[in-house]
Amino acid sequence: MSSLSEQEIHHLEEIARWIRCHVVRTISEAGAGHPGGSLSEADILTALYFYVMQVDPHRPEWEDRDRFILSKGHGAAGLYATLAERGYFSPELLKTFGRIDSCLQVHPDMHMVPGIEISTGALGQGLSVALGIALAARMDGRSFRVYCLVGDGESQEGQIWEAAQTAAHYKVDNLTVILDYNGVQLMGPVSEVMEIAPLADRWRSFNWAVMEIDGHDMRQIITALESAREIKGKPCVVIAHTVKGKGVSYMEGKAAWHGKPPNEEQLARALADLRCNVGEAHD
Amino acid sequence: MTEAVREAFGHTLVQLARENPNIVVLDADLASSTRVVYFAQEFPERFFQMGVAEQNMMGVAAGMALMGKVPFVSTFGVFASRRACDQVAISVAHCQLNVKIVGAYSGIVSGNNGATHQAVEDVGIMRAIPHTVVIDPADDVETEQVVRAIVDYEGPVYLRVTRDVWPRVSPEGYNFVLGKATQVREGADVTLIGSGMMSSQCVEAAHILSQSGIEAHVLHMPTLKPIDVESIVKAAEETGGIVTAENHNIYGGLGSAVAEVLAEHAPALMKRVGIQDCFGECGGNAELLCKYGMSPQHIAEAAQAVLQRRN
Repeated sequence: MSSLSEQEIHHLEEIARWIRCHVVRTISEAGAGHPGGSLSEADILTALYFYVMQVDPHRPEWEDRDRFILSKGHGAAGLYATLAERGYFSPELLKTFGRIDSCLQVHPDMHMVPGIEISTGALGQGLSVALGIALAARMDGRSFRVYCLVGDGESQEGQIWEAAQTAAHYKVDNLTVILDYNGVQLMGPVSEVMEIAPLADRWRSFNWAVMEIDGHDMRQIITALESAREIKGKPCVVIAHTVKGKGVSYMEGKAAWHGKPPNEEQLARALADLRCNVGEAHD
Repeated sequence: MTEAVREAFGHTLVQLARENPNIVVLDADLASSTRVVYFAQEFPERFFQMGVAEQNMMGVAAGMALMGKVPFVSTFGVFASRRACDQVAISVAHCQLNVKIVGAYSGIVSGNNGATHQAVEDVGIMRAIPHTVVIDPADDVETEQVVRAIVDYEGPVYLRVTRDVWPRVSPEGYNFVLGKATQVREGADVTLIGSGMMSSQCVEAAHILSQSGIEAHVLHMPTLKPIDVESIVKAAEETGGIVTAENHNIYGGLGSAVAEVLAEHAPALMKRVGIQDCFGECGGNAELLCKYGMSPQHIAEAAQAVLQRRN
């Protein structure tokens, strides 16, 4: 178990709450984006960027930084909110999300935003890129770690399993995959659209080390990511059981909120759920 | 001694890798066919066998390029372009990464493997993806120079190579320049523009035409993107008629690229020799070129047709 104090855990949970506030505001103001998956990933991103990963927002190109790849590129609003809170750029920029001439594309573009390692959004591709970074890092004797967040719907892509077999074949142990298993995709429950269960068994059968956690329990997330670093000789996947739309009561578990922005009235209710007053400043 | 194009590719890659430690090779279980096996033998630690999984291979190459490697992704042209198209577009080209994609056994002359292995649309696919450079060299000498040139060039490149030996088009002391056509033969009556191994067929066609008193100008166009606009316009203005010859469907490749230039800059009569919008089949190279209307005789007839229309 992570040695973090209750106070430290609470601090991280508060950051995640703020990230969620940014997410719903950003998507609502833009009238575009994917709230469901951006909310389900918020605790994972908080754990990574505010505790687990070695990064320096003032030097996004620092060569020894840990790498994060958002393979589920439609979670961009969640990642932008995290990067803004971490200090990569001003949260003011979030207001431009999805607008013409904005650097904040609805799916992230590596050449436009500091902190984005690779452009993603065409599902299934990010994990292969993460694997390429991990293999090259090992060749060069570099000690940083690669983290890749994969979606559950995305796991229906064949390329994910091509990458999974290759990472295991090469015994890549500087790569951790986190799977945002929120159980819902655009057209409905994953189990109805295209079943991916038994997911843990699938990864195990590909010779990966598998952990299963509550993806909204900050201590569990951090403990899993820390213990993944100790696994040698095989890659590791942390299957994070999450709730689509987590934190916004009317969005939770609802496929309808995969890619629908909340209107003004819905935004007010979302912010109330998140205990965030409209216009409230964040210190 | 003229070498097979794939041999020239395989040997050059090894020579370059001796000078450049960042070159890595990714293979999808075809190294002995594509000849990257030479690289694998000399640099096993820089050779990555990716198995028969081209989509992942393309993404892994993108990740390695992010780390400063110069990945050569080697497979057959059909799989590089068709199977891994979205990965080429998004993980490589949209990100403008320094990945060199080498499509082997390209076009109809694909080692008697038939339609599934004949890349008749790879140039069209790759040319339509933003930020790509597309090159189709003629012979062993040019292939060696192209491989060197694309290592010096920073950015995504699609290099299509053929399997076999083709008559040399590159003159003594030839120097490949990215984006530039080469004049192979002088003539004032009509221009034959070839790419890849079809340029050697154009030279032969020019000899056939010469016997009937027609002197053809022959241009070899190794770089299909960016296309050499200046050379095409000059040829159209000087000879008034153009025949293109490509080892590819007449849609999307050299013929299309030349037609685009002519229509915008120097309208001229033209005909396209190439695969006439169909899939191929098994057979020897000469048999296939003959059956699919791509032999020197067919190029010569196309030139005569252009001249008749002009008169």
